[in-house]
Amino acid sequence: MNRDRWWKIQTRAAPYLFVSPFLIIFCLFLLYPLARSLDLSFHKTFGPRHVVFTGWSNYRFLLGHDVLFGLAVLNTAIYTVAFVAIGIPLSLGLAVLLNSRGVRLRNLFRFSFFSSYLVGQVFVGVIFFQLFSPDGLVNQFIGTILGHRVVIPWLSSPAMAMPSILIASLWLATGYGMVYFLAALQAVDPELYEAAEIDGAGAWAKFFHVTLPDLRPMLLYMVLIGTIGGFQLFELPFVLLQGAGPDGRGLTIVMYLFIAGFGAGDLGYASAIGWMLVAILLIVSLARFRLFKREIGA
Amino acid sequence: MTRRIGLHLLLICLAAAAILPFLWLVCAAFKTPADLLNSTLLPWHHLDRLTLNNFRLLGDRPFGRWLVNSIFLASAHTVLVVTLGSLGGFALAKYQFAGKGPITLIMLATLLMPPQVLLPGSYELMYRLHWLDSYLAIIVPGAVSVFGIFLFRQAMLGVPDELLQCGRLDGCSELRIWWDIALPVVRPMIGAYTLLSFLTEWNSFLWPQIVLQTESKYTLPIGLNGLTGLPEYQHNYGIVMAATLMSIVPVIVLFFALQRDFISGLSSGAVKG
Repeated sequence: MNRDRWWKIQTRAAPYLFVSPFLIIFCLFLLYPLARSLDLSFHKTFGPRHVVFTGWSNYRFLLGHDVLFGLAVLNTAIYTVAFVAIGIPLSLGLAVLLNSRGVRLRNLFRFSFFSSYLVGQVFVGVIFFQLFSPDGLVNQFIGTILGHRVVIPWLSSPAMAMPSILIASLWLATGYGMVYFLAALQAVDPELYEAAEIDGAGAWAKFFHVTLPDLRPMLLYMVLIGTIGGFQLFELPFVLLQGAGPDGRGLTIVMYLFIAGFGAGDLGYASAIGWMLVAILLIVSLARFRLFKREIGA
Repeated sequence: MTRRIGLHLLLICLAAAAILPFLWLVCAAFKTPADLLNSTLLPWHHLDRLTLNNFRLLGDRPFGRWLVNSIFLASAHTVLVVTLGSLGGFALAKYQFAGKGPITLIMLATLLMPPQVLLPGSYELMYRLHWLDSYLAIIVPGAVSVFGIFLFRQAMLGVPDELLQCGRLDGCSELRIWWDIALPVVRPMIGAYTLLSFLTEWNSFLWPQIVLQTESKYTLPIGLNGLTGLPEYQHNYGIVMAATLMSIVPVIVLFFALQRDFISGLSSGAVKG
């Protein structure tokens, strides 16, 4: 009798007990700071101790007067567009090569391309900081091809800062995208290719009329996570350029948030920058969503 | 036939390009300051000049501490997110309870937020709790992952209800059912997620950089970023490369050993999602 009651109680209580540790930490350390950041964005602070209500002035200043914020948004947008436009075709191309019939040691190749993804952005920054130095490996390599010594100031010239970030970042992420595309390619129904071959389709026709349409969901997914990740860029340029870089060409939105909040100590302004990032990503997601809906409708 | 040879040559060239920075890193870690300047990869005619000195010099920095700190924090993070995520995900997938719908919705909504927007609010909270410069600031907020709980929820939806019911008839408590029935069924996913969590925390930089202030409490990414900027290592960077090598070799070895599970787990989740 008693045992039965205990049994019923433990069955009833189980889901609450299972979910509550997660939920308590989620509310205290995720939901609360989220709400608090929104609140802080209407304040000016000098460190966590002095908080003054200022209404919309943080947002007005960000949108109307802050040249650095404009630069950060521009840099981040340029990076994201270039990263997606170059990185996705590269990843897809590698995956197609690797998926060709009769490739030996496929797993070994796959791991060689993928392994750079395991290296964190900070470590990639540390490595490429030296590779891009005036007499570093990259300049030596280009010099060998051209037959004379070249000294490209990769990290110290404003024009080369963004290309340097992109090269390092593509080295880091291309193999990761390839793994996804390879899995999607291997899931394409082989009968579709056979049908296309019977219709006399060549390799290119098969790629454009069978492979690409089948990969469309994966392509959209990769564009989406590439865009979201791109707008959150921080560690790589921060380490590679040891800060915002020449003329601030490596300044990103998150780096600006970090500098404003934890360098200059204005947590309120940093919060406002954070919520601008939320707004940008929401717009991007909505645009993508509408595009996606049109695709499905068509 | 020529096509296949060409294809393999192309793949080998591309793989070489992908691996070249690693090769360069390994070489640099074992070179003397003079050879760093004079040889691209290795001083081929004087291989006897290669040295372990860079690794020995790391002793002058609290590098050993950083390594231990990183191992500790990444392990603690992984154990916690897997435990709390699988418990929570099990409840969301296999039970009906009051508030389940709203909870799920709120969690999903936070997935849309870039995590950086939390930083100012979290920092203020850590200040009030007196957790700044303490590992509590890293471990406790990091113990839950919304992405993780949904991953477990998805996987556990696939556990047959009959199996759970059998357990109940055999007199298992609900906790035993989670541990003995649900967890073993989703084991492949746990493997992949464990590795991913460990890697994420191992490479994590922004939040630890904000809350940790004492040099001996740093993790590897923070310590290494600091070393990179020091003028004394600008040309004599062999030490920094030795430290970098020791920071990335553990995860690469771990993943090479487990790559089958990881890559299939990673991409199977993506195709379904």
